[in-house]
Amino acid sequence: MSPFKEAGHLFRFAGLFVLAFLVFLVVRHYVVPKSFGEYGHYRGAAIGEMAAHPVKFAGHETCEGCHTDILDVKKKGKHAQVNCEACHGALANHANDPASVVPVKPDTAVLCARCHTMSAAKPKGFPQVVPADHSTGLPCETCHNPHSPAMDAGGAK
Amino acid sequence: MNVSRRQLLILLPAAAVAWKSVLAGTPEDSPNYKMSDHWWGMLIDIPKCIGCGNCVRACQTENDVPDGHFRTWVERYHVTDENMVSPQVISPDGGKEGFPVAAEDAGKYFFVPKLCNHCADSPCTQVCPVGATFITPDGVVMVDPKYCLGCAYCVQACPYGCRYIHPEKQVADKCTLCYHRITKGLTTACCETCPTGARQLVDLKNPKDPIHEFLKSHSVQVLKPQMATGAKVYYNDLDGSVR
Repeated sequence: MSPFKEAGHLFRFAGLFVLAFLVFLVVRHYVVPKSFGEYGHYRGAAIGEMAAHPVKFAGHETCEGCHTDILDVKKKGKHAQVNCEACHGALANHANDPASVVPVKPDTAVLCARCHTMSAAKPKGFPQVVPADHSTGLPCETCHNPHSPAMDAGGAK
Repeated sequence: MNVSRRQLLILLPAAAVAWKSVLAGTPEDSPNYKMSDHWWGMLIDIPKCIGCGNCVRACQTENDVPDGHFRTWVERYHVTDENMVSPQVISPDGGKEGFPVAAEDAGKYFFVPKLCNHCADSPCTQVCPVGATFITPDGVVMVDPKYCLGCAYCVQACPYGCRYIHPEKQVADKCTLCYHRITKGLTTACCETCPTGARQLVDLKNPKDPIHEFLKSHSVQVLKPQMATGAKVYYNDLDGSVR
C-alpha cells in the first residue's frame, strides 16, 4: 500500500503554498521599483532624480566666460577669491538667456555692510568698519570699486 | 506588418537590449560622472567665517528650502571665561540675515556653520524603516522623497539636528550636498557663495584635493566624534565648547 494514498489533502495544501508564493513573486515584481537594490536597500533611480534638480547658481567659471573685463579687475584686488554670485545672487537664468534676464545691480550700502560691519564677533584680521562713521550712509561704491575695493591698489574711483 | 523569420531573429535580441536599458531606471544626468570615483565631504574653516549668512541664503535659493527650515545654518558662540562649559549660542533665523553687532566684550566669539555631516555610518539611514534614506556610493546621505513616509524617525536619530519634515511634501528633507551641482563639476551653492572660503567642498577620493594636505597640517575635528558616525564635515580650529 502506497504511503501517499491518503495524503492527497497534504499535497493540495502544499500546492496552495506554492501558488501563494508565485502570486507573491508576481506582485513583488510589479510593486517594487526596478532600481530598488541596485546599489543597496533603496531605490537607485532616486540618485538620478536628485541629480536632475535645476541649477540656480551658475558658478563663477560660467560668469568669467563672458565678463572677462570684470575678472581682470577682480583678480588683482582684495576680492579675487570672492565668487561673482556671492554678491550678485543666483544668476543661472541670466547665464542661460543673457538677453532677457538682466541682473539687478546690488545696493552697495546694504550689500557691503553684510560682511564689513564692525562686530567683535568677527575674526580680528577681517576688514570691518562702522558704516555710519565710515561713510555716513553713502553707497560704498562712491569711493570703492566693489570688484577691487582697496584704496591703495588702484581700486579707488 | 510582415516580419520574416530572419528579421524577427535580428529584432528580438535588439528589443531585449532596449528593454534592459528601460528596466535599469532613469539614467544619470551627467554621463561623465562616475560615483565610484568620489567620496564627498566638506571642510569648514572656523577662523575664516564672518557670519554673513550667504551660505544660508544661497542654500534656500538653490534648493527651494521652505522658510523657517534650514539645510544649513550658522551659529554664533560666545564663550566667556566664567562659563566655558555652556556658552551662549545664537542663530537668529539660521543666521540668514547675519548677526546682531557684538560689542567689544569679555570672552571670545566665533561662528560655526552647520549642515548635514554626510556620515559614513549614519544613524539616520540605519533607522529608516522603508529604505527611503541612504548613503550613495559617492558618500552623500540622501532622502528619496517618493519612498519617504514622513515618520520622522530619522529626524530624531540625527545627532546633529540636520533633518526636518518638509511642511508641504510631508517627507524628511535635508542637505543633498547640492548633488545636482557636484555631479556636474560645480561646487555646492554654499561653497560657491562663501566670500571668505570658510566652506570648501572636498572629495576625499581625489588624491589631488588639497584636503589631504590640510588634514595633515591643521588641527581638524568633526562634531560629536564620540557618536562614531563617521562624519565627513571637517572643522578646522573647532573650539571645545561646540556641541
